[in-house]
Amino acid sequence: MLTKLKVLKLINFLTLLILGMIIILPFVFMIVASFKPAREIFAHGLNLNLNLEMMTFNNYLALFTNRGGIYWRWFANSVLITIISTALILLFTSMVGYGLAQYKFKGRTFVFLLVLATMMVPGQILLLPLFRLITALGLMDSYLGVILPGLVPATAIFFFRQYCMGLPRDYAEAARIDGCSEGRIFWQIYVPLMKPAFGAMTILTGMNVWNDFLWPLVVLRTTENLTLPAGLLSAMTPYENNFDLLFAGSVMSVIPIVILFLFNQRAFIEGITIGGIKG
Amino acid sequence: MFNKKKLSGSKLAPYVFISPFILSLSIFLLYPLIQAFLMSFQEFQGFSQDVEWVGFENYIRLLNDSRFYKALWNVGRYTFWTLIILIPFPMLIAFLMNSKLTCFKNFFRTIYFLPVLVSSVIAGIVFRFVFSTEPGGGFNQLVGIFGFEPIAWLESSHTAMFALVIIAVWRWMGVNLIYFLSGLQGISQELYESAEVDGANAWKKFRFITVPLLKPVTLFVFTISVTAGFSLFNEAFVYWGVSSPNDIGLTIVTLIYRAAFTLGDFGYASALGVTLFLIIITVNLIQLKFLGLFKED
Repeated sequence: MLTKLKVLKLINFLTLLILGMIIILPFVFMIVASFKPAREIFAHGLNLNLNLEMMTFNNYLALFTNRGGIYWRWFANSVLITIISTALILLFTSMVGYGLAQYKFKGRTFVFLLVLATMMVPGQILLLPLFRLITALGLMDSYLGVILPGLVPATAIFFFRQYCMGLPRDYAEAARIDGCSEGRIFWQIYVPLMKPAFGAMTILTGMNVWNDFLWPLVVLRTTENLTLPAGLLSAMTPYENNFDLLFAGSVMSVIPIVILFLFNQRAFIEGITIGGIKG
Repeated sequence: MFNKKKLSGSKLAPYVFISPFILSLSIFLLYPLIQAFLMSFQEFQGFSQDVEWVGFENYIRLLNDSRFYKALWNVGRYTFWTLIILIPFPMLIAFLMNSKLTCFKNFFRTIYFLPVLVSSVIAGIVFRFVFSTEPGGGFNQLVGIFGFEPIAWLESSHTAMFALVIIAVWRWMGVNLIYFLSGLQGISQELYESAEVDGANAWKKFRFITVPLLKPVTLFVFTISVTAGFSLFNEAFVYWGVSSPNDIGLTIVTLIYRAAFTLGDFGYASALGVTLFLIIITVNLIQLKFLGLFKED
């Protein structure tokens, strides 16, 4: 019996390990590429051959020093936008999700259907009209223009709503009898209960904001104001012959977020797995 | 008296809670959407401001455009494969990871999640060169080990689809895994224990406890996958730009992008956009009805 368990454990472990190695592989490709000259990659494709004579730090040197180190400026812009957006998105979408799940009110089903329908709108078809709207509001080239249209994403509402449906309503009833206001019931009882959902949504919305490039590229005009992904893409036009920056730039836009994630993953992912729903 | 006040308080409260959505919906979604809808009945003279109402002409053009059907076929296949792979496998892995028999859970969770941190553009750039036609490309080295000739991955239909699906699987496995893991936390451990007492094996526990109880999360994942699948663009754009050999990488959004930003054909681009939206809504409504979201439970 004991040995059977051990064999099962080993099979589990090996399955997960092999999958894990496959998942890591593209990162290895990316890092190796960042030390190779771009023309080599264009001519021969991307592989893991380590030819030390050919490999160089020049890509990184170029990335950090080009145009007076504008990389750092873009990086700071991205951090600012990501933090503000994510915090506001979490507040708004958890409110809406909670409202839809915990109350019975007129129009509830209709609003929920609206959320579902909103999830199915491909963002790209709104690009042109949104661009006109932001221009009309005078928000072009401003961070407000980047942040505002995406503050209440339907996917996050849907996730919070689904999560809240699984939470008991008795707590709210009990608190109401004790004279607790609706706002406090949400903030002091249900927000803590939704902690696992917040954990998942912090990472996912944070990543979406950090990696978004199309909308910032449309709204932001001044080179100094660009976010990191938008800046890297704009710097990589074939005309500027900047392909050497391609992979070093990719690595340097992934690394900060990976480090952030590694430091915070306890709060992030363990929040999900230490169950918040008991009783 | 006291009761009445409470009642009115909680009558207003839900509307306060949902107000951010209503506001954002009206300004940043409905308004632009209506504009896109109106624009789909107009014709624009190049990039100038002159506009002419043309009725359903853009839609008629669309229905006669063979490239539209080609794009639809491509994104349809793509969505099919992502659903087939990206729902059962992350669910199984989540189940494995939640099992008492798994060690180093935190380590694996971290590893599996890492690709989520990479944007589709950056992933696309890396995979594009790993899928290089040259014998030195990563995938050609791999098939070379098994004695195959180098393959022009991004130049024929099946391998192109494979290259697109690979990126999706790599990037989305971790996201869906997190969704399913968080869903699993809602399932009481006692259910599994009492199933064990009744002699259920791992497969039976997965099939009869995990799968049914993960239904709400599964519906969510299904819906966002359908939307993301049909509006595929970034990966295809990084692989091929706006034109691929025999249109193997053509997507509906690529057509929209081409019409709007290279041809200035805003009316046709809007008609394509509205059509894409209708297709996604239809597929999702069928899927949600079929899988039973509207049943109260």
